[in-house]
Amino acid sequence: MESQLATILKKNESKILSQWVEEQKKLGSTRVSNEDLISQCTNFLRLLIEGLQKNKSFSIAGTGWDPIRRCLDEVSRARGLLGFSPSETATFVFSLKLPIFSLLRQEIADSAQLTEETWNATSLLDQLGLYTTEAYQRTREEIIARQQEEMLELSTPVVKLWDGILALPMIGTLDSSRTQVVMESLLQRIMETGSEIAIIDITGVPTVDTLVAQHLIKTVTAARLMGAECIISGIRPQIAATIVHLGVDLAGVTTKASLADAFHVALARSGRTVTKVGGARSEKLRETRV
Amino acid sequence: MQVTKTERFPIRVQSDVVVVRQKVRNWTIELGLSLIDQTKVITAASELARNTLEYGGGGEVELASLKNDIGKNGLRLIFEDQGPGIPDINLALTDGYTSGGGLGMGLSGSRRLMNEFNIESEVGKGTRVTVIKWK
Repeated sequence: MESQLATILKKNESKILSQWVEEQKKLGSTRVSNEDLISQCTNFLRLLIEGLQKNKSFSIAGTGWDPIRRCLDEVSRARGLLGFSPSETATFVFSLKLPIFSLLRQEIADSAQLTEETWNATSLLDQLGLYTTEAYQRTREEIIARQQEEMLELSTPVVKLWDGILALPMIGTLDSSRTQVVMESLLQRIMETGSEIAIIDITGVPTVDTLVAQHLIKTVTAARLMGAECIISGIRPQIAATIVHLGVDLAGVTTKASLADAFHVALARSGRTVTKVGGARSEKLRETRV
Repeated sequence: MQVTKTERFPIRVQSDVVVVRQKVRNWTIELGLSLIDQTKVITAASELARNTLEYGGGGEVELASLKNDIGKNGLRLIFEDQGPGIPDINLALTDGYTSGGGLGMGLSGSRRLMNEFNIESEVGKGTRVTVIKWK
């Protein structure tokens, strides 16, 4: 027996539409503006009927259902951006069940045929509803993937503190692939600038475990092979205690508690000192600057 | 000894290790550990989670809040994998021994960072490391 679903829906399109929109408003789709809601619903219903007319099967996997899948992609994306939850997004499709089912009851007298058509409609709408959830999740995954890439691009810059003194302020997780890149860029910059001292500041690194320690030791060793010396700064008390218990040997590496201390050492090693400029004149100068 | 709360997390990819560290950090703060003890537990968790991933081929961690008979609170972490297992546990616990490319301090270091440490392993079946930090 040929399915009557398409014919019945087509005949009552405007009636279903108004009921469906009402239904969604009742369920609280107030975050979508009225015009958007109506245009989304109109579009979806039209595509649903076209899909039913064109396709023999009630499985939405075929290419014949492409337009309606695209429509759902857009709806899910828009709702995802508006902060809808996946179930709120799927409600868009599921809320169509009530108007369609009550319509089928009115239109079809034969009970066997009614069961058949109801089953067709419910299986189709279930698939479409699940599809919105998938589309919603895809949108989320796209956002996550983009953010991950942005994090990778958030590369740690190697900065020049003084002639021959470089600094690398490290922030965040040091066991990712990013660390390797950052460490290699430090070695590159040491060569380019001919610097003799590099300060690696790990104040912004929350955990120093053996893998992080290994990265640091390797970098220090590589820099030493290039004739440069590394100072590791930002070793806070909890990090120091942990490294000792962990048993990692950092004895061959110069370490300092703060970047300022490390800079002081670096200046001293390169034969420079920082002194306060004395005398009344400079006092006056400072006052006027303040 | 009484377990008041547990939670499990998967360790399947590199980023899961970061998640485990963050979860453990939250639990140590909730337990009220000092900053130094927090860092010790997080570091041990980081080592053991990475072992689970790299040597065990991935697995799970279970976090549990404990209360012992005299009312002391603690945090227990159980790392489980169904990997190849460790043939010689004493060797694996030796400072500086590694079957991979690491420093060989992870397992032995974790033992020193925690109050209790227990490792069970069967070749071909998997490994289970249990560590506890008491407040």
